Amino acid sequence: MDWSPLIITLETAVTATVITFFLGIGLACWVVRLKRGQGLMDALITLPLVLPPTVVGFFLLLAFGKRSAIGHFLLQFDLSLVFSWQATVIAAVVVSLPLMYRTARGAFEQLDENIIYAARTLGVSEWRIFWHLLLPNARHGILAGLVLAFTRALGEFGATIMFAGNIPGRTQTMSTAIYAAVQAGDYDLAGKWAAGLVAFSLVFVLAMNMWLTRKPSPMGKAC
Amino acid sequence: MELSVSLEKQLRDFNLQVDFTVKDEVFALLGSSGCGKSMTLKCIAGIEKPDKGRIVLDGEVLFDSARSINLPPQRRQLGYLFQNYALFPNMTVAENLRFVMKEGSMDKVTELLRRFHLTGLEDAYPGTLSGGQQQRVAFARVLAAEAKLLLLDEPFSALDSYLKWQLETELMDMLPAYGGTALLVSHDRGEVYRLADKIAVINRGQMETPADKKELFRHPRTLSATLLTGCKNISVAKREDQSHIYAKDWELSLKTSAEPPLGTRYAGIRAHFLEPRDRAEGENVFPMEVVRVTEDTFSFIVMVRPPGKAAAPIRWELEKKAWHDLSGRELFLYFPPEAIMLLED
Repeated sequence: MDWSPLIITLETAVTATVITFFLGIGLACWVVRLKRGQGLMDALITLPLVLPPTVVGFFLLLAFGKRSAIGHFLLQFDLSLVFSWQATVIAAVVVSLPLMYRTARGAFEQLDENIIYAARTLGVSEWRIFWHLLLPNARHGILAGLVLAFTRALGEFGATIMFAGNIPGRTQTMSTAIYAAVQAGDYDLAGKWAAGLVAFSLVFVLAMNMWLTRKPSPMGKAC
Repeated sequence: MELSVSLEKQLRDFNLQVDFTVKDEVFALLGSSGCGKSMTLKCIAGIEKPDKGRIVLDGEVLFDSARSINLPPQRRQLGYLFQNYALFPNMTVAENLRFVMKEGSMDKVTELLRRFHLTGLEDAYPGTLSGGQQQRVAFARVLAAEAKLLLLDEPFSALDSYLKWQLETELMDMLPAYGGTALLVSHDRGEVYRLADKIAVINRGQMETPADKKELFRHPRTLSATLLTGCKNISVAKREDQSHIYAKDWELSLKTSAEPPLGTRYAGIRAHFLEPRDRAEGENVFPMEVVRVTEDTFSFIVMVRPPGKAAAPIRWELEKKAWHDLSGRELFLYFPPEAIMLLED
């Protein structure tokens, strides 16, 4: 059996989740502080969550294809993103970003803003506020966002097949492998990959739920 | 320690405009909720930005719109005490202090904890502390950060009366540690009277001239000050002659101790200052009929008005025993001329 879809899926999901984690938190922080245009930015970042993944994939093709400015620029270095492993990562980032962004933003907005104000008036730098107050006190939301983004990246299909294709050994992930197997009539193989995906996703979401509902922290009600 | 503040800021419903100087005293802004008093405090601390104005602390300019100076809150060294204390929930008591100290020496933490009677709680998280302990941690933290001046935002408004009294006395004991200078905002006239030396009333963003607290409660100059200092009886009034006014709402002609100004528009009298009499003798004594009697914890609140008239009821408060002694008798009330407040507003 060819294990490459499993390896490609894991590599893609892990890389995409790392990018999504920082990008999502950064965007959440930025949007929360925006004085104007908050609604519009929020809508733009959330869009990939509600659009059909094929539409996302189509726009990615347009944005990074040979005729686009980016595609043209990369071509000068003999690089092409379309139908590459990097394309699977980009597709996974775009579709998983809204989940990370929204949960992180919700967690930041739930924080008592007086805590941040108090830290400022007490002379604590913005950088230390972010690392020692914002992140630790929003850790539940951030962890939930991380798990949701990872599982979403794990199962990404539509945008991936549009933008990265379904090239065995290069861009074929577990979900695109299922599609290919069903088309070839190989229900046995499709079933194995499907079971694998269900198992992975279930384990991560269960682990998250257990972590979120474990016994109360010593910090009492405030946390 | 001297803080001078002059600022303007457009808020949603009104324009906030305040102007005052605090010098070695406890200064209070008294106003109902949403009058702009908390916003004033936030502007001083640098959490919010005024549209224009100037804020100077001991010669150091914190904000000056004309010179585009706006120090970040981190560099203002003002100890803002939040209503909910805003302790860092993910840190222990000791960590809360060390996190805001310039050099985190453990000796200083221990010393602060001892001073605020928190020894033994260094490893406790804020969520497990009582309200009083949280307040003491917040005060210790302000000292740990070497704040120069205390800004108190409705410090006790969320507490029940017993705890409130306890914390208030603690606050009075702690004030000397901050040089005795503080700026307090509150809607509670009792709190303000007990804690502050000087008071300025603020109403829909407009600050009135600051006054000594005794003077303000004895003789509030404006309608909003009269209401905020707890006067329950206010009537539309006009001058009759050099020593009389006519209170329209109560349908009474009252003698005043001083000559009423030509522009007199309102008259007020505190519910405690009315005195019962045996008969209608002399000026300012009127027969009254009882409209309603409400029993309060330690007093009776009796609503009265001149008999046979449709006048607005006047609120009279008296001790329970005094009310029982009067029962069954015809009622006459004396309005002491010196207790009648005249407002020109």
